[in-house]
Amino acid sequence: MTDTEGRPGVGGAAWAALPLLAALLGAAAVAAIAIGSTGIAWGTVVRVLASRALPAGWIDLGGISEAEQVIVWLIRTPRVAVAALVGGALAVAGTQMQGLFRNPLAEPSVIGISQGAALGAVVTFVSGLAAAAVFWLPLFAFAGALAALAAVHAVATRAGRTPVATLLLAGIALGSLSTAVATLLISLSVVNWQVANEVVFWLMGGLDNRTWTHVWMCLPPVAMGAVAARWHTRDLDLLLLGEETAASLGVDVERVRRTMLATAAMLTGAAVAVSGVIGFVGLIVPHMLRLVLGPSHRTLLPAAMLGGALFVIVCDLLARTVHPPTEIRLGIITAACGAPFFLYLLRRQRGGFAAP
Amino acid sequence: MSLRLDRASLRIGARHLVRDVTVEAAPARVTALVGPNGAGKSTALRLMAGLWTPTGGRASLDGTDLPRLPRRLLARRISFVPQDTHVDVPFTVRELVTMGRHPHLRRFDDPGPTDAAAVDAAMSRADVAHLADRLVTELSGGERRRAVIARSLATGSNVILLDEPTANLDVDHVIETLTLLRELAAGGATIALALHDLNAVSRWADTVAVLQDGRLRATGPPAEVLDDDLVASVFGVRVERLAASDGRPALVFHRRRAAAG
Repeated sequence: MTDTEGRPGVGGAAWAALPLLAALLGAAAVAAIAIGSTGIAWGTVVRVLASRALPAGWIDLGGISEAEQVIVWLIRTPRVAVAALVGGALAVAGTQMQGLFRNPLAEPSVIGISQGAALGAVVTFVSGLAAAAVFWLPLFAFAGALAALAAVHAVATRAGRTPVATLLLAGIALGSLSTAVATLLISLSVVNWQVANEVVFWLMGGLDNRTWTHVWMCLPPVAMGAVAARWHTRDLDLLLLGEETAASLGVDVERVRRTMLATAAMLTGAAVAVSGVIGFVGLIVPHMLRLVLGPSHRTLLPAAMLGGALFVIVCDLLARTVHPPTEIRLGIITAACGAPFFLYLLRRQRGGFAAP
Repeated sequence: MSLRLDRASLRIGARHLVRDVTVEAAPARVTALVGPNGAGKSTALRLMAGLWTPTGGRASLDGTDLPRLPRRLLARRISFVPQDTHVDVPFTVRELVTMGRHPHLRRFDDPGPTDAAAVDAAMSRADVAHLADRLVTELSGGERRRAVIARSLATGSNVILLDEPTANLDVDHVIETLTLLRELAAGGATIALALHDLNAVSRWADTVAVLQDGRLRATGPPAEVLDDDLVASVFGVRVERLAASDGRPALVFHRRRAAAG
């Protein structure tokens, strides 16, 4: 049958996409570590990474300076790793929210979830909790994201349906409220300039000065979120057909809905905790992939994880290199890509999932 | 499998959507729920499907109360086809039908050869095998309805409940759909459907239950139940019966108090 032109992914192409995305992701990661204010040869990057991954003595690091090793392993690798985790988390969270709300415009930053997480993060800074122990920051970001998502869901959903307009309006209102409260907290603690700077960082979104601590901070929730998402792939497919159909096929709709909300909030919280508000990743990536792979979450979710990581690594590379020596904020790059795309989707699709 | 409502009621707030309704859907039979809009057909059907729990009375499958059956087991026994089969997500027909295997699959399991065989059998039974790789979003209303019925069959359930399965279908698709349901009943399946077309009911159903204002008015074979007085009092129309070529009466409806024919 060749009647599936609207969906090239039907058949084998869907599975070819995952190895392809993984290969591109690997290449982009190496490139992002190699390129920067100090250029480093690709071979050097690969050797330093391999020397860390393999048992000591297997890789000869002769000819590579101490400075190069530090730049590769302590400066650029953690930044790229955080970019990959943040991108994967946001893209998976976006995919889940779109399934949950049956609406391709649902995305963590668009419907105010990222701003809720940022508010949670700001609270830990202003209160000094972030300095006290490393886990408070992701925990509060998660709590903020969960509160925001529960609020948007409660306001915008009536009888299992979430109209686009209500969802977006509720999200905008909640996002603005969260940002306003966060800004208020900055103003109140303005005596402490370091705190104020950090808050500004959260609100703009960026990956400067990320260390291995940040990688370890967001790795567990992202991994847990990814497993939970995989756990529910078929439930998400079924929910796209409507709650009644899903229930009649054995889905415990309320339980799945609660788990999905918590998972999406955990992924968003983990991402925001280490990078601030990075917009539109969860919108662009799943949508592009859906056009190629079709709507089934079986391949869509893992592809979103890889594609999101790839997208944020490339955007962060642009942020670092477009206008040296100044860095452009990563959030500005993703918004510059994402906002026009969002408007295009809003104009063309009116909230439908239909292929073009 | 025999599906029963025993004096079942569903009350939301102070309002009864159905009240004291007793209906039995038996194996190898097509049971139709009829009544004017708002009579409680769809509600009664959802109680029978176990999607809603009665606030009074019982809903049971072979004597077991539906709320006592685990959700996944229930999904393997009873399937439900909603009135609105519109799908705005571009799944292929095969993907859609494969979703019927959900209650048989465990977490992290992918559909295996057994599931593929059940899906293939269901698609041929509902005559959508040739559409397997087409997108659901591109099917006609009749094809989509058959694809959804195929999904019901893929669950392996022997009880199929359908809410207005002929709504928005062209006449040939109406006949096609009802013929398929008759064939499934002939194979031993328990079929129950909400239907507003009295002609279709009198031609295709074995048993009819007439609902009015949430209560059961009458139940039995259509030829006995749908007499002139009942149709007049429930639907407010006068019936004229014409002989069709197959020897069964075709019903024509007139406004009451129109000139006598």
